[in-house]
Parts: sequence; C-alpha cells; structure tokens
Amino acid sequence: MYKIVRKKNLNPTVTQMEIYAPLVAKKAKAGQFIILRVDEDGERIPLTIAGTASDGTVKIIFQIVGTTTEKLNLKREGEYISDFVGPLGVPTHIDGLKRVLVVGGGVGCAIAMPVAEALNRAGAKVTSVIGFRNKDLLILEDEFKACSEKVIVMTDDGSYGRHGNVTLPIKEMLESGEKFDMIITIGPLIMMKFVVATAKPFGVPVTVSMNPIMIDGTGMCGGCRLTLNRDGEKITKFACVDGPDFNGYEVDFDEAMSRGRIYTDFERKSHEKFCNLLKNGGND
Amino acid sequence: MAIDPKKHEMPTQDPKVRARNFKEVALGYSEEVAVAEANRCLNCKNQPCVSGCPVNIRIPEFIAKIKERDFEGAYKTISATSSLPAICGRVCPQESQCESKCTLGIKFEPVGIGRLERFVADRHNEFSNEKPDVAPANGHKVAVVGSGPSGLTLAGDLAKKGYDVTVYEALHTAGGVLVYGIPEFRLPKSIVKKEVETLKAIGVKRETNVVIGKTLTIDELFEMGFEAVYIGSGAGLPNFMNIPGEAYKGVFSANEFLTRSNLMKAYKDNPDTPIMRGNKVAVVGGGNVAMDAARTALRLGAEKVYIVYRRSMEELPARKEEVEHAEEEGIEFKLLINPVEILGYKNESDPRDPLNGFVTGIKCVKMELGAPDENGRRRPVPIANSEFTLDVDVVIMAIGTSPNPLIKNTTDGLEVNRRGGIIVNEAGLTSRSGVYAGGDAVTGAATVISAMGAGKIAAKAIDEYLSSK
Repeated sequence: MYKIVRKKNLNPTVTQMEIYAPLVAKKAKAGQFIILRVDEDGERIPLTIAGTASDGTVKIIFQIVGTTTEKLNLKREGEYISDFVGPLGVPTHIDGLKRVLVVGGGVGCAIAMPVAEALNRAGAKVTSVIGFRNKDLLILEDEFKACSEKVIVMTDDGSYGRHGNVTLPIKEMLESGEKFDMIITIGPLIMMKFVVATAKPFGVPVTVSMNPIMIDGTGMCGGCRLTLNRDGEKITKFACVDGPDFNGYEVDFDEAMSRGRIYTDFERKSHEKFCNLLKNGGND
Repeated sequence: MAIDPKKHEMPTQDPKVRARNFKEVALGYSEEVAVAEANRCLNCKNQPCVSGCPVNIRIPEFIAKIKERDFEGAYKTISATSSLPAICGRVCPQESQCESKCTLGIKFEPVGIGRLERFVADRHNEFSNEKPDVAPANGHKVAVVGSGPSGLTLAGDLAKKGYDVTVYEALHTAGGVLVYGIPEFRLPKSIVKKEVETLKAIGVKRETNVVIGKTLTIDELFEMGFEAVYIGSGAGLPNFMNIPGEAYKGVFSANEFLTRSNLMKAYKDNPDTPIMRGNKVAVVGGGNVAMDAARTALRLGAEKVYIVYRRSMEELPARKEEVEHAEEEGIEFKLLINPVEILGYKNESDPRDPLNGFVTGIKCVKMELGAPDENGRRRPVPIANSEFTLDVDVVIMAIGTSPNPLIKNTTDGLEVNRRGGIIVNEAGLTSRSGVYAGGDAVTGAATVISAMGAGKIAAKAIDEYLSSK
C-alpha cells in the first residue's frame, strides 16, 4: 500500500498528490512515468511523474477524466492506494541542450514543468509556452516562471494571458529568428501534432511525449504500440519501454489519436455508472 | 488382472456450458478413479517416465503411494522435486513429456500421470496444511527477478535449503504468466495463490511493484547484500506480424488480451479495466497461448472464434488436451492459412465517424506445406492467388514474444543472443558472476515446466556456488 502524503486541488478538475514511494522517488527522472492502481481489482493507469521530494514522495498530477481518476481523487490525504510502480520509460534527453522551447498543454503542463526544471538545472535557457482552455484551468504558472526565462500563457477563450492556441507564439518566435536546439512538447495529441507542423518549416527538432493506453508499462502487453515513419519505413515502437518521448516528425499522430479512442464508449458508460453510484451513496 | 487400455477419462464441464463461463474445465479425478488409474502403472524398473520430466519427479514412486491410498505420501514424493505440483498437473504438455515415455503407451494409452499429479496436489491442498521441511537458515541472501514458474521454483528450492530468498515482481500480483497469461478456466487463480502462499510459509519474501532494471538494478541488488541473483523475467515484448492494419482498434497481442481478462479481471461483470468483447474473433497462432486467447474470447461472448494457423493440425504446437477442448467448445480451426492484411473501417465522407479505425476483417492467403526447414518442420508456403477475407471484429496475435530488454539495458556485462535472450551455461550462469537466468528470458516463449526445470537447475548451481563461497 502506498500512502498519499499530500493532496492539493490545482483547479476544479486537476489534482496533485504526493505519494510515498521511496524507491521510485530515488530513481525518477523528468519524463518518466509510474503506473498505479487505486484499489484491489482497479485498473492500472500510467501517469507521468511531476516531481519528487527528499521525503521519499513522488508527485503526480492528474485530470479527472474517468472512473479511475475519479476514484483516485476521492482518496484523502493520509489514505492509501494499492499499487504504485516505477519509474518507467526512458527519461527525457536533456543533455547538451542550450536553448529549449517547452510547450505544455492542459494537464500536460504537469509533465512539461519537471522537464523545464531539469533543463534549467542543467544550465539550458528555457522558454515556456503553456496553453489552457480557460483561466480556471490554469496550473503551475509560478513553477514555470521559476525555471524559464520567459513564460507565455495562452488560453483558448482569452480569459487569461494571450488569446489563442500555443502554436501562435511558437510561429511568431521562429519567424522572428529565435533559435532553439529543441522544442519539447507535452499535451493533447492534436496539440502536439500542430506544434510539429508549426516547427517543421523552420527545421527545429521536436520531441513529443506520448501517453497511450497501457497495462503493465514494462513492455509486455503491446497495447501502447505506435507507428513511426522513419525514412519511408513504418516502425512499431512501444511507448512504455522505447518512450514515452519520440521524435515528433516520425510519430503517426492520426493513428495514435484513433487508437486512443478504442475504449471511449466503455469509459463513458463506466464513468456514468460510477457517478450514479456516488450520487446514490450520497442519498443514504 | 487385465490392464484397461484406456486412461480413465477426466471429468469435464459440458462443452456447451463451459464455453460461456470461466470456471475450470477439467474437474479432476475422484479418489476411486485416481486409485484405479494408478493401478494401470506397471512400475517399470527403468522408469522411462522420469527421464521425460524436466524436473525429474519420481513418478512410479508417487503412483505406487496412490495405489496404497497414501495420498499425502504421494504428495511428499512429488514435492521433493517439484514446487508447483497443482499447477504442473494442469498445464504441463504430458503427452510430449512423461507420458510419451510410458511403457504402457507402446500398446495402449499411457498412464494419466498429469491427472494423477493434479489429484495428489489438489487433495493435499484441500486436506493438509503441512509445510514442506525447511533447513535451518544459512544466512545467504538470494534475489529472484520475476515470480513466474521459473522464479517460484528456484525460490522454493533455495528456501527449503535455508536460503533467505526475496522474489521481486513487476506487476501487482505474484505468479507471472500463471496469473496474467493462463486463464482461470485452465488454471484457477486460487491454485496459484495457494502455491505462492506455500512459498511464503517457508520464508520466501515477496516484493511486488518492483521492476528490476528500473526501480532497482541488478547491481543495486548486490549492493543491498544479495550474493546471487536469478533472472526469471519471462518473455516480454509481444511479436506482431508486421502486416498492414495491425494498428487498427481491435488488434491485440495475446498478452494484452489475456492480461486484461486474467490479471485485470475484465471478464467479470462491471470491471474497471475494459476489454473488447468481439463478436467474431480471429486468433493468429497455434500454441497454448492461442488456445487460451480463443477460448477466452468465446467465454467473453463471441459468436464465432477462429484459430488461424499457417501449418496443419499435426504441427499445431498446443497441448493436445487444449486443442480437443477448444474443438469441443466450437472454436473453428482455419488451418494452412496465413494473414496478409488486417482490414479496418473507414468512412470516407465522415472522418469523425466513431467506427473509423475499428477492425472489419482479416485478409488471408492459403498455404501448403513445402520442404522441411532446419528443424525438420515442413515450411508453409503461400499458394498464389488464394487470397480471401474472414469477417472479424477482433484479431488476436498469439505468435510469440521476444525477451524483455529492461534488464539487459541496465546491466553491464550481461550478454544476450541475437534475439535478445540472456546467454547462460548449462548451470544457468550468465556472463556475470553470481547472476543466473532461466525460463523464457533465456529461451524465448516456451512452457511452464521447462521454465521450472531451468529454475531447478539454477537453484542447484546457486546452492553449490554459495555454499562453496
């Protein structure tokens, strides 16, 4: 069992938890992920590590999107979850990078932030562009400011920062001649796809962080497979052991988006059922 | 007394009934039937059956005890060499091992050794709580990577000899392929749990949720005071065919499909973990895993399940009993055919159609058997212009696995072969001093009992290594 040492709501749908898992905390690097189960018979879900602390805790930040994240969010500080395993995946490559543009979207910012921090610690100059649907969903602005030379906040509805999506300032910066060794982007697939498309004419390398459906996270189930187009050849990779970071120019985003929707119907029904259960429970 | 030419039949659930439930198919011998079957054993002096057993169970000896109705004695005889009898009695391919060497088998059907083994183990588990004898602690610490059949066997053998053994498991439950791979209807999870509990009772420690190669490395295990490490991490990465369409929704590796159903219990009502309950399902492959996947799909409610295999019935590598059970349950064997493409739905006029990208069929080509390959198996070759399509909504690839790269990538000096299998000598020793390996991590996908055999050999080698240290 793994103890929830601290819990904080970052916004109405995004929660931060710090879980006591000293072996994971000791090893975790930016870009890696964990897999957790809330309770016995629960689903295994992957979540990217948002940081670690010297007290042996590992920080996770998650959006409440379905039954499992809903169940997790119901857990209180001091309570326990069944399983917590990691760190899994390959850490984000930051060695040798001097000028980096970090682009986060929505809850993806939770994963982009430790990458920006690691880059800053390694002496790289970081510019961060973080995008949200609206002001209420904004998270981690101060954290990004602490490790970036410049932070640009975008909202889809203009309720905070600049109006528009993240590609707008990226295009402006690249057009004005700003140079980056690398763009690292983490967020919804559709956003990452457009970040890649925006960077392409300028030839800037783009690293994307994939978050497909997985079960074991150790290279056993193959559910997380994705297709890379490399030199005209299609290559199958497993996000859990080969990733989660990939060269953005190689990833078949359309396929990844399609695969990500395989259980949409199941998830919607399961979530409705769970919410009804909660409602009925409240009436007792 | 005349010898009954046939094995006593194993009582099973009715095929029509069992095809829709996850309860165990084979029900086990009663005491009377077990004694009668034991009486078919000729108790040959040269004991050919023993040489057919990868862990050399003293077969005639335990069968003789059944004849005398000394069932606990029979159990003791088996458990002297096998740590997991209730499991082996169910999943071993006896027809190609012990029973293939049975003298009775020359003229008649061989003695039902596997069925008797299962009877003895089940009876013990039901009536006895007696623990195996354990030698006094010798102070040596051994780490085991992976709690599958190989690791558990080794852990059991070394714990009985007084070693302080810790088993590390990446998943949340111990048992490896016995819990994530083999379905409930063939190997009830309560039986695996019982065997794991027995190991706990003799002092084997267990750490779940630890991925060796990630959470801890092999080198760190030595720093922590372990004097020997056994890698029994299993096969890992599932193979795909590399044909067009394998990314469509509805194409799964057998590992994923079975893990969802078995480990994550998606076969139950209202599971947290989703699983696609196909209506028409094609399982590609002919091994035990293919049979397990096909029969699981059927039990999840499929109307039609095909086994798609590129060779003929004779070359089918699955355990005979599983093939028979699958046929009885209505699985259709499509033999001498090979998939060339998986077809998916695409609504050209509506890219947002939720059905886009789901499997609609599998395009196959007919095969014929050509000249034998280097292993003596006749190589299947495609017949020109013989393509046809099977309408299915789920395709499960059960065509083997490749060893997991996590440990190799984080252990300096650990040599692997071209396919990624860890290289070991005849005692299971790797290229690193004090590091042993066995099971699928070495051989690639094989059987439970061969993994156990490897665990046994390495346990002996580790005992010799550490007791001479």
